[in-house]
Amino acid sequence: MVRTFFGFIGRRGFEFAGVFESFFKEISGLYYLTRATLYCTFIEPLRGKPNKWRPVWTQMEEVGVKSTTIVFLVSFLIGVILAFQSAHQLSRLGALEFVGALVGVAILRELGPLMTALVMSGRVGAAFTAEMGTMKVSDEILALEIMALNPVKFLITPRFLALLIMLPCLTIMADLMGILGGFLIGVTTLGIDPVTYVNNSLDAMVIKDVVTGLVKSAVFAVIIVMVGSYMAFIIEGGAEMVGQNTRTAVVVSMILVIIADLIFTSLFFFVL
Amino acid sequence: MIRVKNLRKSFGEGDKRITVLEDFNAHMEKGQITSIIGGSGSGKSTVLKHLIGAYRPDSGEIWIDDEEATHLRGEAINRVRKKFGIMFQSGALFNSLTVEDNVALPMREHTDLNEGTILIMVKMKLEMVGLRGAEHLKPSQLSGGMIKRIALARAIALDPKIVFYDEPSAGLDPISIGVIDKLIMDLSKKMGITSVVVTHEIPSAMRISDKIIMLFKGKIIAEGTPEEIRNSNDPKVTQFIEGSPDGPIPFSKSMTDYGEELKEMSRV
Repeated sequence: MVRTFFGFIGRRGFEFAGVFESFFKEISGLYYLTRATLYCTFIEPLRGKPNKWRPVWTQMEEVGVKSTTIVFLVSFLIGVILAFQSAHQLSRLGALEFVGALVGVAILRELGPLMTALVMSGRVGAAFTAEMGTMKVSDEILALEIMALNPVKFLITPRFLALLIMLPCLTIMADLMGILGGFLIGVTTLGIDPVTYVNNSLDAMVIKDVVTGLVKSAVFAVIIVMVGSYMAFIIEGGAEMVGQNTRTAVVVSMILVIIADLIFTSLFFFVL
Repeated sequence: MIRVKNLRKSFGEGDKRITVLEDFNAHMEKGQITSIIGGSGSGKSTVLKHLIGAYRPDSGEIWIDDEEATHLRGEAINRVRKKFGIMFQSGALFNSLTVEDNVALPMREHTDLNEGTILIMVKMKLEMVGLRGAEHLKPSQLSGGMIKRIALARAIALDPKIVFYDEPSAGLDPISIGVIDKLIMDLSKKMGITSVVVTHEIPSAMRISDKIIMLFKGKIIAEGTPEEIRNSNDPKVTQFIEGSPDGPIPFSKSMTDYGEELKEMSRV
């Protein structure tokens, strides 16, 4: 009885240790890949190996321009929803004209960057893992290495730069669309005077809100690219693993985006 | 050109440790074609992966052009890698790029040639493999034989001194095999390229090779010219060359006794 009990504890202990070990292995792997990417992207160009910009343009179109529709739609609707939801509560306090302020601040500080990042980790993170994972499975990444081309510089750097530039851009556009959505509902359905709406919004929003949002979205870009690439580079085997790791990449980058959002929000809350 | 000394490699940990390569010694001379043959699981692909630096051996040395390659890292290994080209079994062409961009890629990345010169050189390489005119196709639009020929064009894009071929004729029709064989021979005879071919196509290996190394369970069991291999008295070698199902090389890969295993299952 006692032995079975301790046997059970021991087994569970080992399982737990195994989970921990693999967790730290993944974290350190992700860390090393991120370090290599930062080195290839920012340090190597200073040492006489300039980045090629053509693949960056291609990726910027792929991850940025082609994502505008979904980002616009999502953020516009978020603005609309937010206006409806807040109108009910605010009108009970007799503060209906402050809907604009609430929508504007919520979108700029939080929902614009966060929703854009979540949409992009689904749209772009999954595409990165699936594309590079297929390349890994079909020996294309090995072929790059054997041709003396660094896969990190060749594959990750253009995606990294593209998303690092495009995600803040998309965030700004998402902010505008969200505010527009709130404005349209505010002045039509809710019947708030447009001038009051705009004045209240502008009073509430400060430039700091935009800047913190953009800082966050740059961090989210790093998370999405690195998780997507790491999950692709560790694939061994076949199509099954590509599917599995694509799913993992999306889940992990969404979780990490939320965690990073929490960390930065509390940082800005206490420090700034 | 390439000298391999006492190469040894095993995979796995503890009880499951399997030695896949044991004391592999070889000397591949300049301008000659060396074939490494053997059944599946004999370790021939492992040899190739060591030669290209994808695996690190447990012990042993690989000398490429009087430079010991197994301990190289970073920039140094890239310098050695620029000396050779490889044609992968699957071709490993970049699916997102056209044929032209695939062949041009090594030149664009490793040389300062201008775009016009690169395109002319791409055309020359494609003409060598007989596929001029396929520049603007994507790899998914090509047949298996064409993919291998494009892969060969890409392997020789930087005029390497050494070319490795991983199963160049696997899964091809007889005519394509003949074409690839002729290309391999032309390249090494006319351009002095050292070729290392990993294959299990015996007729093709016999036709093209200057030297054949036969592996069985990670050990070299025969080595010599095609003529010597053909006249070998070793029953394992003759079985492999004739492709007969009966002989010292077992068909079954299982480690355990069949009868014992069935008894074990019926007990449960």
